[in-house]
Amino acid sequence: MPIVDQQMTKQTSPNSNPPVRKDFLAAKDFNFFYGKKQALYDINIEIPERQVTAFIGPSGCGKSTLLRNFNRMNELIEGVRHEGDIRLLGKSIYDKSVEVISLRRSIGMVFQKSNPFPKSIYENVVYGLRISGQSKKSTLDEAVERSLRGAALWEEVKDRLHESALGLSGGQMQRLCIARAIANRPKVLLMDEPCSALDPIATVKVEELIRELKKEFTIVIVTHNMQQATRCSDETAFFYLGKLIEFDRTQKIFSNPSEKQTEDYITGRFG
Amino acid sequence: MDNIGTHSLDFFELDHNENTKAMGRSLTNRILTGICVTLSLLTMIPLISIIVLLLKNGLPLLSASIFTELPPAAGMTGGGFGNAIIGTLVMVGLGLAISTPVGILSAIFINEYSQTSRLSRAVRFVAKLLTGIPSIICGVFAFAIVVLPNQTFSAFAGGVALSVLMLPTILLTAEQALMGVQNAYREASYGLGATRFQTIVRVVLPDALPAMMTGIMLAVARAAGETAPLIFTALFSQYWASSLNEPTASLAVLIYNFSTVPFPHQVSMAWTASLVLVAFVTIANVAAQTIFARKN
Amino acid sequence: MSAPTSQSNSLAHYKSGPDFFRLLCWLASAVTVLTLGWIIFKIVESAWPAIHKFGWDFLTSSAWLPNRERFGVFPFIVGTVVSSFVAILMAFPLGLAIAIFLSENFLPAPVRQVIRFVVEMLAAIPSVVYGLWGIFVVIPLSKSFADWMVSVFGGVPIFAGPAYGNSLFTASIVLAIMILPTITAISRNSLSSVPKTLREGAYALGSTRWEAILGVILPSAAPGIVAATILALGRAMGETMAVAMLIGNSSRLSWSIFSPAGTLAGLLANQFGEAQELQVNSLMYAALILIIITLFVNMIGEAVLRYTQHQTAGIR
Ligand SMILES: Nc1ncnc2c1ncn2[C@@H]1O[C@H](COP(=O)(O)OP(=O)(O)OP(=O)(O)O)[C@@H](O)[C@H]1O
Ligand SMILES: [Mg+2]
Repeated sequence: MPIVDQQMTKQTSPNSNPPVRKDFLAAKDFNFFYGKKQALYDINIEIPERQVTAFIGPSGCGKSTLLRNFNRMNELIEGVRHEGDIRLLGKSIYDKSVEVISLRRSIGMVFQKSNPFPKSIYENVVYGLRISGQSKKSTLDEAVERSLRGAALWEEVKDRLHESALGLSGGQMQRLCIARAIANRPKVLLMDEPCSALDPIATVKVEELIRELKKEFTIVIVTHNMQQATRCSDETAFFYLGKLIEFDRTQKIFSNPSEKQTEDYITGRFG
Repeated sequence: MDNIGTHSLDFFELDHNENTKAMGRSLTNRILTGICVTLSLLTMIPLISIIVLLLKNGLPLLSASIFTELPPAAGMTGGGFGNAIIGTLVMVGLGLAISTPVGILSAIFINEYSQTSRLSRAVRFVAKLLTGIPSIICGVFAFAIVVLPNQTFSAFAGGVALSVLMLPTILLTAEQALMGVQNAYREASYGLGATRFQTIVRVVLPDALPAMMTGIMLAVARAAGETAPLIFTALFSQYWASSLNEPTASLAVLIYNFSTVPFPHQVSMAWTASLVLVAFVTIANVAAQTIFARKN
Repeated sequence: MSAPTSQSNSLAHYKSGPDFFRLLCWLASAVTVLTLGWIIFKIVESAWPAIHKFGWDFLTSSAWLPNRERFGVFPFIVGTVVSSFVAILMAFPLGLAIAIFLSENFLPAPVRQVIRFVVEMLAAIPSVVYGLWGIFVVIPLSKSFADWMVSVFGGVPIFAGPAYGNSLFTASIVLAIMILPTITAISRNSLSSVPKTLREGAYALGSTRWEAILGVILPSAAPGIVAATILALGRAMGETMAVAMLIGNSSRLSWSIFSPAGTLAGLLANQFGEAQELQVNSLMYAALILIIITLFVNMIGEAVLRYTQHQTAGIR
């Protein structure tokens, strides 16, 4: 618990934002199994509100698995099982009263490979609104502009909203997927290596966007890129072999990690 | 703990009806799933019905003598369909003898010699079209090129009809089989100084053989069950055939002929013949898949 | 000098080997391509007297009277097209449902495996066995259903009575079962080639499973499903034995689907064995029409399928 206390004191002083909830999204004694294979071991983590939290760790350590449990995407895989709990704003996401489809609207997700639907840009953005029964044109139009502006894409596509999204560049597609996610007005935005398929310029744009978005959203980002983690995250969690090894302020993790394994990883001694 | 209560609404603060709506959507979802699952399970009904009837009506007459005796004349009882089994085997064999070399050599040409030449593209196109040709057209063709000139229905005509039916299956599966051979093998063989012929015969064909056999078995299974190409090429016969150039019985045509007569014994025999035919076709299909599975 | 000679001998052998073999393969390819031309040529040739005598009237005339040497296949063309469309109408929802069922995890994998096996078995059962089964199982069922329909909707021409056991409706039911595997197999392929990332994208935005299926997956797979349906239509049109055994083989046109009808393939199956002279030529003409219709339908189906492959290549 001392780590958390330290965090609180550090956060309140430099940030002028309204007070943040430090356990906005939290996993408690969380274990996860793919069939017989255990992928996560006793994960306890509290992700603070309106901050960017980065998940780092060598390939196969369970970063994506944990991320995909936050919005219960992993339930779509056959033969999986979990123990423990995940809480959003203190309420279990596994609670019977929670419809998983509402949960996924509250916790948006952006994937490694951009996956725009083979529809127009406009239809991509309003997809989430349409399925939840919103069909008023003015509301949809307003949401499209707001979301595309939010994803820093509006200026580039405002004249071709009704053209196919498949005609966009890789970076634009990824920002469209971000726009599509924020059109749902989620509370949390999960990003699984959102820049790994992008060129350096597109990456810079998305990173800028992430720093912008954290004013409004709580962001969790998985990355293999240490510079990226230092550039855009406030907190960093290091995972190894399905366990959470260390979770702390990003500066602290990268300048003075408490665990030997963390240090080995960030200095490139394995991974 | 009590903040669970205060914050629970925050999940859905955009729209307080959201959770109710979501429950409605989930219900629709479950209903559609139910419909889809029901429809899928429905397909089992015809298959179960066919299998049950085949066993119920086909088993009583099944005995050793049914494989060795000749079909009974109209209204008579006893007998078997030995000649029809032989006839089916002979005609399928004839069909294979014609279509296998043509199909496999064509596949070798379009995959090993010239993948993109105009001829190769024509071969692929024609093979695709041939798979879509109604089987009875194969019969019409054999009727025109064999029955009419020879002035007689014959096993040979039946075999020709079946060969046209089998050709596209054998050709296209053989092409797939050749495409499945890793290029590294070919390169290794060339690297050791082998010619293209040697590479094909010593390296490519042995590797592709199991998959080709799969295609051949599939073609056999399909041809054995076909009636339409035989009905006016081989016609039917009550007797043992003594040459390839006379009307010949086959299981499929026997079933057709006996199913529409008013004699119960003949109808039972049609069921027994169906049972034997379905068993044969199933074995050929299972063989095809086993060969294929073993390869992978 | 002996060593180099044997060397060059074997080299010569190498050379004559491949050239000869290549020639052989080339010949086989030429035979394959010519087969289709040969089929069409032979059929046109044998049909020529009838083509010459009846011309286009053959397509529009409804008389099939071998004794009076008058031949026309209009009723059989109608029967072929209508029975196939009715079959598609019945098979499409079922086939699509099964394709979706097989590409989703509604029920555990072993159950899906069973359904897959059932569909493959349905494809393997010979046409004539379907005919036999149809005579003893489907005809009674379809007759009582038709009787009921006639008593309720008899006023509508397509449901007019009297209802027969051997009818277009009966034939279409069995046809529907027979083409189910075609629709299922191709639709399932195009459903499962929809990239997994699209599916995940839809779920991550809060779709229910069916919102994802109907809104994202089916539209992406639609061209493939259309192709599947067209190819199944082609198959239904050429299907012979089961239809010949169940449809009643009547050359009388009727509005009612509960009346006997006839198809081109059934006509050939019934009459070729005993036909003489002009009747043979007319049957050949009918065969030519059948081959043109089915080739046309299949070519469209294949073209759509190829377009589909282009499309999905773009998405991925
Ligand atoms: N669908 C699955 N079925 C079975 N095992 C899986 C599945 N997905 C992941 N795993 C296993 O779970 C473990 C964690 O995988 P995960 O994808 O979470 O790792 P990761 O940290 O995201 O790796 P990467 O950096 O390569 O994306 C791995 O050992 C992986 O093999
Ligand atoms: Mg990952």
